Amino acid sequence: MPEITIREALKIALNEAMENDEKVFIMGEDIGEYGGAYAVTDGFLKKFGSRRIKDTPISEQAFVGAGIGAAVGGLRPVIELMSISFSLVAFDQIVNMAGNIRYMSGGQISVPMVIRAPTGAGVQLAATHSQSFETWLAEVPGIKVVCPSNSYDALGLMRSAIKDNNPVIFAEPALLYGSKSNIPNEYFEVNLGDANVMKEGDDITIVSYGYGSKVLSDSAKKLESIGIKPELIDLRSLNPIDYQTIIHSIQKTNRLVLVDTARKTGGIMAEISANINEKAGEWLDGPIVRVGSKDVPWPYNKNLEQEVLTDSNNILDTIKVSYGI
Amino acid sequence: MTSKQKIEKNKSFHDNDSKKSTKTLNSSNSTTRSLGKNEHLELFRKMYLIRQFENACGQNYANGNIRGFLHLYSGQEATGVGSLSSLKDSDYIVTHYRDHGHALARGIDVNRSMAELFGKKTGLSKGKGGSMHLFDASKKFMGGHAIVGGQLPLAAGLALSQQYDKKDGITICFFGDGSTNQGIYHETLNLAAVWNLPILFFLENNMYGMGSSIERVRAGGLDFFPAMNTYEIPSMEVDGMDVLAVREATEIAREKILKEKKPFFIESKTFRFVGHSYADGQKYRNQDEVIKWEQKDPIIVYPNKLIDMKITTNDEINNIKTEVDNVINDAVKFANESEEPSLNEIFTDILAE
Ligand SMILES: Cc1ncc(C[n+]2csc(CCOP(=O)(O)OP(=O)(O)O)c2C)c(N)n1
Ligand SMILES: [Mg+2]
Repeated sequence: MPEITIREALKIALNEAMENDEKVFIMGEDIGEYGGAYAVTDGFLKKFGSRRIKDTPISEQAFVGAGIGAAVGGLRPVIELMSISFSLVAFDQIVNMAGNIRYMSGGQISVPMVIRAPTGAGVQLAATHSQSFETWLAEVPGIKVVCPSNSYDALGLMRSAIKDNNPVIFAEPALLYGSKSNIPNEYFEVNLGDANVMKEGDDITIVSYGYGSKVLSDSAKKLESIGIKPELIDLRSLNPIDYQTIIHSIQKTNRLVLVDTARKTGGIMAEISANINEKAGEWLDGPIVRVGSKDVPWPYNKNLEQEVLTDSNNILDTIKVSYGI
Repeated sequence: MTSKQKIEKNKSFHDNDSKKSTKTLNSSNSTTRSLGKNEHLELFRKMYLIRQFENACGQNYANGNIRGFLHLYSGQEATGVGSLSSLKDSDYIVTHYRDHGHALARGIDVNRSMAELFGKKTGLSKGKGGSMHLFDASKKFMGGHAIVGGQLPLAAGLALSQQYDKKDGITICFFGDGSTNQGIYHETLNLAAVWNLPILFFLENNMYGMGSSIERVRAGGLDFFPAMNTYEIPSMEVDGMDVLAVREATEIAREKILKEKKPFFIESKTFRFVGHSYADGQKYRNQDEVIKWEQKDPIIVYPNKLIDMKITTNDEINNIKTEVDNVINDAVKFANESEEPSLNEIFTDILAE
């Protein structure tokens, strides 16, 4: 069981896909000569050449759109955006083109494409570079959205994402590229759409994803120290959402806390809250509680940013207040 | 000397060596003679098919069988038919929402096209796309796109797949003058040029984007093709009401793209005789202008020329018209009688297996 970083896990998955399937190619801004803004594709240009490792102009609309076209033409592009905040520039292509083209064509066309993008706050990049638009994209039927929180999931999800015949948004928590965890020696994949029960417990179900899952792990220790045994669920996939795993858990714990490191309002957790209410509200002994980052533009200053970003103390405090512990 | 060689010699296309002003490509009598009779009649047939298809669409919009937005191609037939007659089965076609003409010119089934407009189960997309989103992947006809300019990079990507797989084909991308004011237009031209993609950018300059004449919304004059020098994309201007000229320009462009391994740009000057969409009262333009352009109506001018040059006869033209009228009547009947899609279709075709 080697211990590797998420960056290394992504590298392994991409390298493997490039070696195994000639149709796979990678494109994005400065992924080749420069090695990638977060160094995920460092060394790839030398190994695979410029036909398959394509540096693009700074034209998100054009290269995301061209990725869709290449996928429609039978290739399997993996596109890197420097930040998921920049997906805004290409939103029309992602949503109107990649998300709708299959439906509009009556199923004649498929778009086997992965868009990788660093997401989230915490590295002092301020308002334009710290957002988490995977939550917006998760609303679109016709595209899948996943986000790993550890190396195992990064590798397993990326393997599945590249093989999937649909557009997959692969959000990579910017804070976690260097975070290490174990992966098995044997080959494995993680199914797109399966949540992961990170830790079993009987008292409260706490759900998050991406960097939020990391925060959950920290809060679990604190909760345990005051005698609460939380069950922690890492969504891994924001579209589709694995409601079965969540419902299964609340049937045991009867309490649900939803944690997001994205802004609280309008996020994926609001959606999950509403759905759980409708689908399994009868299993709950108390209100569904949400914890999310503050509804402000991301500030640059470190103290301000940390104050805005959801942390384990926020989770603890909210649980104490909401459940009167 | 063939007409093609003549064009090469006259350098009536812009390339990187010659920055000289160019002249619009028109067809000459010798071009006309260089084509066989059957080819001529097929070009006429397709143009007339499109015109009558559009007329039928207009009627069926008025009587409520077709809903949503309906953008007719009437007037621009020579552009769609001329260009697509020079493409091969290996070539991809991408276009915008004014797509009926391109679909029919590509030889897509008339019945299924009409049924799609009627929203029926037998439509190309089972009634899920409608007028603005016609697709037939089996004919490499990759839509029908209704976000102005949004189709441009899709076409670049298809061309990229052809280049990547070393396939012997090109991608043609149709777009209107209006889309040239989108940022994605610049992005795609630049990307295609730096990657040497086998793509034919085909501008249908019908002088208006909805109610906005290019005079009011475009800086830099009425011609778009000279700006291609900036991208080092060779370009050519063609009389878009002249089906043979468009055909020839496209043939030259296709050869050049495959030989020189880089994009090409054609600007076809054309005109829509009807409103932007069915709802358009055309307050923004003078009827005189429409009447002036109607003098170039390819449905009238072209067959008359063929008759004058004794390539065909009035009777032969009339026979084609009768045959096509029947095809259109049958298509409307087919669409009318086709079933509605089942409600289960709501949830299919969202994700691939
Ligand atoms: C992004 C976007 N903006 C606006 C519209 C509405 N719209 C549809 S067609 C059109 C005019 C486009 O004109 P042009 O590109 O010249 O094509 P033409 O209709 O003349 O064939 C407009 C404004 C749209 N569909 N998409
Ligand atoms: Mg126009």
